Order: sequence, then structure tokens, then C-alpha cells
Amino acid sequence: MEVITKDENYVELNVGPQHPATHGVLRVVLTLDGEKIVKAKCKIGYLHRGTEKLGEEKNYYQMLIYTDRLDYLAPLSNNFAYVRAVEKLLGIENKIPKRAEYLRVILAELSRIASHIVGIGTHVMDIGAWTFFLHAFREREKIYDLLEEISGQRMNNTFFRFGGVAADCPDGWLDKVYKWADEFEKKVWSELMDLVAENPIFKERTIGIGIIPKELAINLSLTGPLLRASGIKKDLRKDSPYSVYSEFNFEVPIGKNGDTYDRFLVRMEEMRQSARIIKQAIERIPDGDVLIDDYKIVPPPKKIVYSQIEYLIHHFKIMSEGFLVPEGEAYASVEGPKGEIGFYIVSDGSSKPYRFRIRPPSFINLQALEEIAPGHLIADFIALIGTIDIVLGEVDR
Amino acid sequence: MIEKIKERLKEHILEYKENIDMHILVIKKESLLSVIKTLHDEFNFNMLVDLTAIDWLDKKQERFEIVYHLRNLDENFMIRVKTSINENEEIDSITSIYRGANWLEREVYDMFGIIFKNHPNLERILMWESFQGHPLRKDFFIRTEVSLPENE
Repeated sequence: MEVITKDENYVELNVGPQHPATHGVLRVVLTLDGEKIVKAKCKIGYLHRGTEKLGEEKNYYQMLIYTDRLDYLAPLSNNFAYVRAVEKLLGIENKIPKRAEYLRVILAELSRIASHIVGIGTHVMDIGAWTFFLHAFREREKIYDLLEEISGQRMNNTFFRFGGVAADCPDGWLDKVYKWADEFEKKVWSELMDLVAENPIFKERTIGIGIIPKELAINLSLTGPLLRASGIKKDLRKDSPYSVYSEFNFEVPIGKNGDTYDRFLVRMEEMRQSARIIKQAIERIPDGDVLIDDYKIVPPPKKIVYSQIEYLIHHFKIMSEGFLVPEGEAYASVEGPKGEIGFYIVSDGSSKPYRFRIRPPSFINLQALEEIAPGHLIADFIALIGTIDIVLGEVDR
Repeated sequence: MIEKIKERLKEHILEYKENIDMHILVIKKESLLSVIKTLHDEFNFNMLVDLTAIDWLDKKQERFEIVYHLRNLDENFMIRVKTSINENEEIDSITSIYRGANWLEREVYDMFGIIFKNHPNLERILMWESFQGHPLRKDFFIRTEVSLPENE
């Protein structure tokens, strides 16, 4: 951190971009009056990779892997939103096999828990609770093992496909997930809560810090746990149920005061509810295909590609050019761990999007930092960054 | 609801479309602020979900299309409002109605070079300040060589 003095009364302090508590490459210029923050200004863009521009250069399949690299803590949620937008344009959103939809829900909820573990874990570590971080990351490790088993990769899974998911799960995988979710819901979750929730130091540092009033939360376009902690019961999974979410029984937790402590509680409760959804999904998952059999969109199975010329042509077309998407535009969003992640795609009828727009929840939520930071102490500022739970890969895109 | 909106705003609407995902209103550029304000105040579209732009280059008469996604949180009703401007024109900022539009408008300015009138702090957000050009314009080629900033 370097200190630059401009005004006689105020000190300007540069936090980041390499500060350990900024969770990436966020840079914030603080104007301080003593220890009090007068103004906070975010400088972002250090991780800008031009994903939206790339979207106009790559075909729909190639773009799928880039969506993983937005919010890299919950890549499957990003996949989910993107494939839904493209499926809407293709008009196949109601033809997705049931088994695939259930697998999607299981995977999206697993990644929500993994993302919240990082979000809360690093947040409480920043303000001094080291133990929680270690215990929570043990659970995240188990989730990543499960994801590795089904998709072959720990991060950036790219497991979703237009029209379903890449493959069926391996034998016994569902039982393992069920066992983990059951243990997490019944045992581990309360252990994690016991570590910090009633800790007087933790409460001292979070209650009343960074209050976002209801009206401000809506006006700032906040979504996800930030909105819900301010007392607004809005969750896309409940309000405009996509996929098969309407079939599950779960609660949408809300906060009362909209402060940092409430956001912690909301995220914790969401993890437990996610575990409930996973268990219900595994209980009800039907047998069947996991991918539609429209070979203009989905590459046909290798067996028939090698034996029948028609399928070889389909395969060649998809692999070289991609598939054509009818002209039009569609917006689709899902409730990601950070908030509403949406994709707005404009197609001109070719195999590449004409406009590839990402609605980034972290980017929009980060605006709240500039609004709520003034009036707090520098030490609380670290808690504020943690509570907003950003991923710079998505802020900068 | 959509019928009421159409009736109330009929003098501002150029085109109405029912798309595969939601209703689209194409409105006149000079009435943008009043349309958004009416939608916000009278029809309770209290959340701006997204704000972006599309560069049509010479495919359409007016080069840039600005797209607003609004949501009525109580009824979970979404609407898409679009308006078009030419390259040398400016558009009203809606930050006075939605504070969340602040960074989104800065991003559109950064990426497309569209000027928002009465924006509190219209400067680049993702690219560095000395950057030349606007990356998401269709005439900005992806392989354009750019010079990196010196100590900014």
C-alpha cells in the first residue's frame, strides 16, 4: 500500500490491486479523514480479457468454455445461464431430457455451496477467524472431488451442453453426493455455524457494519444474497422457476437489517437449503438420456459417426462451423451464488453471436461498495469487500 | 399489464414486439427519460436488471441500439426497452432514476463510446484512461495493436 497525500485534511490511500484482502485484483482509492473513510473509488479492469468481444468471434460451442472463466468459483452456474439463453434462441428449452435437468440442478447447487464456502471462508478469515476457513475448505475439497469425478476437472468444468449435459454421471456418483449432502446438512453445517456465528469478536465486527437499506438495494440493482439480506425475498429459483426448480421444497432465507452479519447468515442458510435441494433431486432423478438427439445441434455419438455418412456430415458441420442459430434475441438468467447471472444474446442467424452480453452480478454488486464504505473505518472496509463477495474474473470479464 | 403500458406510453412507442422471452418496446430516443420514469414510478419497474448496447454498424439506419432490461420485482415481470441513436448523438443518462445504472452506463461509454448526458462521472471503467477507441464497436478489430499504459 502506498500513501499519497493530496489534501491537507485528507489522506488518500491506495488499497490493492495486490492487497490480499481484495480477493483478486481490485483496486480501491480511499479518501480518509483520520481512520474514517470519506470516499471510496473502485478502479477495476485489471483482469479484463474482452470476453464480450470474444463472444462475437467464436461460435456458440467455443464460447461455452469462456463462460466458465467468468465467475470461476461457480463455473457451472455460468454454464447454466449461457446454455439456457442459447436454448431459448434455438427453441429447445422445453425439450431437455428430465435427467439432464436434474443433473444440472445438482451441479449448480454443488457449485453454489462451493462458491459460498469461498465467499464466507475468505471473508471471515479477513476479519480474523482462521479456523472456519480451514474447516469450510475441507468441504469444498470434497465438492471438487465430486465434480472431478463427474466432469474430469476440478475447476472450469464446462459440463453443460446445449440440450443437456455432456455425459451421464458415473455409477455410484449420486450416492456419494447424497451421502455428502446429508452429512453436510445434518452435521457439518451446524459445526461451521458454531465456529463463528456466536463468536463475540465476529459479531462485534459485522453487526451494524455496511448496512444496505431495502430501497437502496433495489435501486442499485443488487441481486443474490445482498438483496435478500436487506429483507427482500427475491430468488429467481422461486419467483420465475427455471429448469426443474419448481419441483423442490426449499426456503429462501432473508435478513432483517441488511448488515454484514445478516449477509453471513443468509449465505450460510442458503448452503443448507442447497444441500436440501441436492438431496431431493437425487431422490427423484429419473432414468433416461442426458442429451437431446437433435444432431444438428449436438454432435452425434461416435459409433454412428464412424458408420453412417449422414452423421459424419453432421459431426463435421458442428465441429468445423458450429450450428446455426435462428435470428433473434434472448435473455436468460439463473440465480447464481453471487446474484442473477444472465446472458443476453443477439443472433443474426449465423453460427456466431452478433452480440454477446453478460449480465455480471459481481460487477453490479460491487457498486454497493462505493455507496456503503463512507463513514466506516479502514478496518471495516476489509469486512465490506468480503461481504459483497466478488469475483474479479466476472467484474472485469 | 403490457396492454396498460402500451396505452399509457403510446405516443412514445415506435414499435412493440412480443419476443420469445419478453415484451419489447422500441421507443423514441428523445422520450427515453420520461418513458423510463413512467415505467419506474407508475408501473413499479423498480429494478434495472441490465443496460447494454448493440452496434449495428451499417446494418440499421441508426448505428447504436441501447437496450434496457427492467424488472417489476413484485410481479416478477420483465420488459425490454430499446432505443436507437446515431454515432454522433447523445442519450440521456438514467442514473437519476436507477443508481445502479452508473457503472453500466460507464461500461457502455467505455466499450461503445456512447455519451450519456447528465451522468455524474462518465469515464472509462474497464479499459485504462489513455486507451484509444472503443473495443465493442464492430469496426474495432480484435487483432488491433494497442499500446499499454505507462504508470497510470
